[in-house]
Amino acid sequence: MKEIVTANYAIAEAVKQAVPGVIAAYPITPQTEIVERIAQYVARGELACDYIPVESEHSAMAACIGASAAGVRTFTATSSQGLLYMHEMLHWAAGARLPVVMANVNRAVGPPWNVWADHTDALSQRDTGWLQVYVATAQEAYDTTLMAFRIAEDKEVLLPVMVNLDGFLLSHTMQDLETVEPGSFIPPLHLPHAIDPAHPAAYAPLTGPKDYYRFRWEMEKSMRAARRVITRVEKDFAGRFGRRYGVTEEYRCEDADILVVAMGTLAREAEVAVDRLRAEGTRAGVMRLRWFRPFPTLDLTGREVVVIDRDYSFGFGGVLARSLCSAARIEPFSVIAGLGGQEVTYEDIASFVRERRPGEEYWFGVKGDV
Amino acid sequence: MTPPAHGEPSLPPVFKRRAGETMAQIPKEEYILETTSACPGCSSSLSLRYILKAAGPDTVLVIPASCSSVIQGMYPNTAVNVPVYNIAFAAAASCASGMVAGLRRAGRETKVIVYAGDGGTVDIGLQALSGALERETDFLYICFDNEAYGNTGMQRSGSTPLGALTTTTPLGKIHPKKEIDRIVEAHHPPYQATAISAFPLDLFQKVEKALTFRGPSFIHLLAPCPTGWRFPHGKTIEVGRMAVKTAAWVLWERGQGRLSVSAPSKGPLKRPVPLQDYLGMQGRFKGLDPALLSRLQQGIGTNREAILAEAERP
Ligand SMILES: Cc1ncc(C[n+]2csc(CCOP(=O)(O)OP(=O)(O)O)c2C)c(N)n1
Ligand code: SF4
Ligand SMILES: [Mg+2]
Repeated sequence: MKEIVTANYAIAEAVKQAVPGVIAAYPITPQTEIVERIAQYVARGELACDYIPVESEHSAMAACIGASAAGVRTFTATSSQGLLYMHEMLHWAAGARLPVVMANVNRAVGPPWNVWADHTDALSQRDTGWLQVYVATAQEAYDTTLMAFRIAEDKEVLLPVMVNLDGFLLSHTMQDLETVEPGSFIPPLHLPHAIDPAHPAAYAPLTGPKDYYRFRWEMEKSMRAARRVITRVEKDFAGRFGRRYGVTEEYRCEDADILVVAMGTLAREAEVAVDRLRAEGTRAGVMRLRWFRPFPTLDLTGREVVVIDRDYSFGFGGVLARSLCSAARIEPFSVIAGLGGQEVTYEDIASFVRERRPGEEYWFGVKGDV
Repeated sequence: MTPPAHGEPSLPPVFKRRAGETMAQIPKEEYILETTSACPGCSSSLSLRYILKAAGPDTVLVIPASCSSVIQGMYPNTAVNVPVYNIAFAAAASCASGMVAGLRRAGRETKVIVYAGDGGTVDIGLQALSGALERETDFLYICFDNEAYGNTGMQRSGSTPLGALTTTTPLGKIHPKKEIDRIVEAHHPPYQATAISAFPLDLFQKVEKALTFRGPSFIHLLAPCPTGWRFPHGKTIEVGRMAVKTAAWVLWERGQGRLSVSAPSKGPLKRPVPLQDYLGMQGRFKGLDPALLSRLQQGIGTNREAILAEAERP
C-alpha cells in the first residue's frame, strides 16, 4: 500500500506489522508520535500487544528486558535525554543477550535544551553492545525497522538493535511509504535462554574474573557475526520486497576522487551537493554510512574524504571522522556541522568539499579560532 | 502473538497444595539449597526458604543489586532452585512489570516475585516500584529490609532507623526511617503485609496469601542482619522475636482496605516490652545519644498507636 507519512508513522507501522508482545515506552519530543500511534493501535485492538506506560526510560528498557527474557518480542522508542537515562539498561539488555528493538529519534543533548537533530545521543551509547543503524528516509525507517527485528532475533546475533532517525528532519517530514506484508520474513521469536521454571537457572549472577570475559567475547563474536546476518537479511528483504540498502549507501562513488561520508539525512543532502560539484568538474561522491555498529570494513584508499559529523566527542573529535581514521586508516577533512539542528544546505556541503583541508577539523559556523 | 519459546513446565503436585496451618504442613520441598554464600546467621536464606516454599516451583525471582545478588551463589553455581533474574539496582520493579506482561502474553501464569533490599526499594528503586504499583502489575514485591546497604558494607539507607550506626552515619543516623509502608499504602495494593523470619509460619502464610491476589502485593520483611546490626550470628531469631515483642516491628496485613494485626504482634502491640531490650542486643545502637533515643522511641510509639487505631477502626 502507498501512503504519504512521517518517518515516525512509518516506524509505528512497521512495529505494528512485526507484532511485538510487549512495548514499554516513555514519551519525549520528537519520538512521541511513535508511541502515541502504537498506544492507539493497541487500544483499538489492531495490535495484540501489552503496552506498558512506564514512568521513565530507565523503566522502559528494564521492562523490555523483563519481557524479552520471558521470550516475547519487545520494542521501545526514545530520544536524547531518554536514551541517556536508559544508559545502564542499554548495557544490561545487550549483556543479557536480548533482541530488543528500539527506535531512537536523534536529538541534541542538553544543556542547553534543544530538541533538534543531533547524533551525539546515540553515538554516546556506541559501546553498550547495541547494533546501531542510521536511516535517511521514511521508507528506509520502515524497512529497517522490519529488518531490525529479524537481525536482532537471529540466533547468531541475539543482541538489541537501535534504529536511528534524525529528529524533525526525518521524524516529522512527510514522505512516500510503501508498506509490505512481512509474512514469514519475521519468523516467531525463539529465545534459547528464555525464562523457564521447568529449567531453573541463574541469569546474570555474580561472575568472577575467570569467566566474565567469556561472556564479553561471546558478545563480540555475535557482533562480528551480525555483519554477515545483516547482509543476509537485507538480501532476503530485497528478494521479497525489492528494496536494497547495504551497510553503506553510495551515490556516484564509482569514479569519485573525493567522498563525502556522513550518516542520516545530511548524507542525502550531500547528494545534491555532489551533483553541483560534478557540474563544476569535481568528481565527488557520497557514502552514507548506515550501520555504525557493527562498524563496517571500508576501503577508502586512493580517495580524499570529507566527513561530516552531526555529533562531537569533546577533547577528541567528530565520532564518525575519528572512527574512520582508525577503521579505514584515513586522514579526512573533518567537518562538525548540523549540531542541534544547525541548518546545513547542500551549498554548504559543496563548500566543505571545495575548501577541504585534509587532516584538519572545521566547525561549521565558527569563525577564526579553529 | 509470539508463541512461548517452550512448552509448559510440568509442576510437582506441591504447587497445587494450599496453605499450611501449622509448621508441619509447610511443604517439604526445598528451593534454597544449603550452599548460599550469606554471612552466618543471615536471615535472608531463611526467609527465602519459606517464601519459595509458599510460592512453589512456577516462580521467577527478580533480584536487584543487594546482598541477595551475592547470597544466591556465584556463576556457574546457584543456590536457588527457581529461575533468578538478576537486574540493575534501580530496575527490579520495572523489569518485573515487563516480565509479567511477557509471561502472560506467552500464556504463562508463572509468579513473579521481586526480592529487593531496602536500598533497592525505598531509595534508588522507589520510582520504579511506584510505577509498577500504580500500573497494577501482577506481582509480589518483597522488600528485604536489613536497614542499610548490606552489599556495599553497611552504609545508611533511607530505611536505616534513627540513631543506628552505619559506616556513613558514624555518629548515629539523624534522620528517621522512611515509612515505605505508608508510601506503598498510598498506591492501594490489594494486599500488603509485614513479616520477619523469626515467625516463619506467619511469613509463609502471608506469601501464600499475597500470591492469590491479581495485581500487586507488597511484603515488608524486617531482616535482622548479624553483620550490619552487630549481634552474634546465633541470635538472629532472638533479635527478630525481640523486634516483635518490643513492637519495634509490628506484624500485620492489609487486604481490601482492612488492617489486621497478626497473631505474634497482638500481645506486644498492647503491652510491648521495653525497647531497650531490643536495642541493647545490637552493637549498632551502642552509645546512642539520649536525644536520638527519645525520638526513636517516640516514632516507634506513634507507629504502634497508628496501627492499633487502624486495626480497631470499625
Ligand atoms: C546504580 C548503582 N548504584 C550503586 C550500586 C552499588 N550497590 C550495589 S548493592 C547496593 C546496596 C544495596 O542495599 P540494599 O538494597 O539495602 O540491599 P542489601 O545489600 O542490604 O541486601 C549498592 C549501593 C549499584 N550496583 N548500582
Ligand atoms: S550483610 Fe547482613 S543481610 Fe547481608 S548477607 Fe550478611 S547477614 Fe545477610
Ligand atoms: Mg539493605
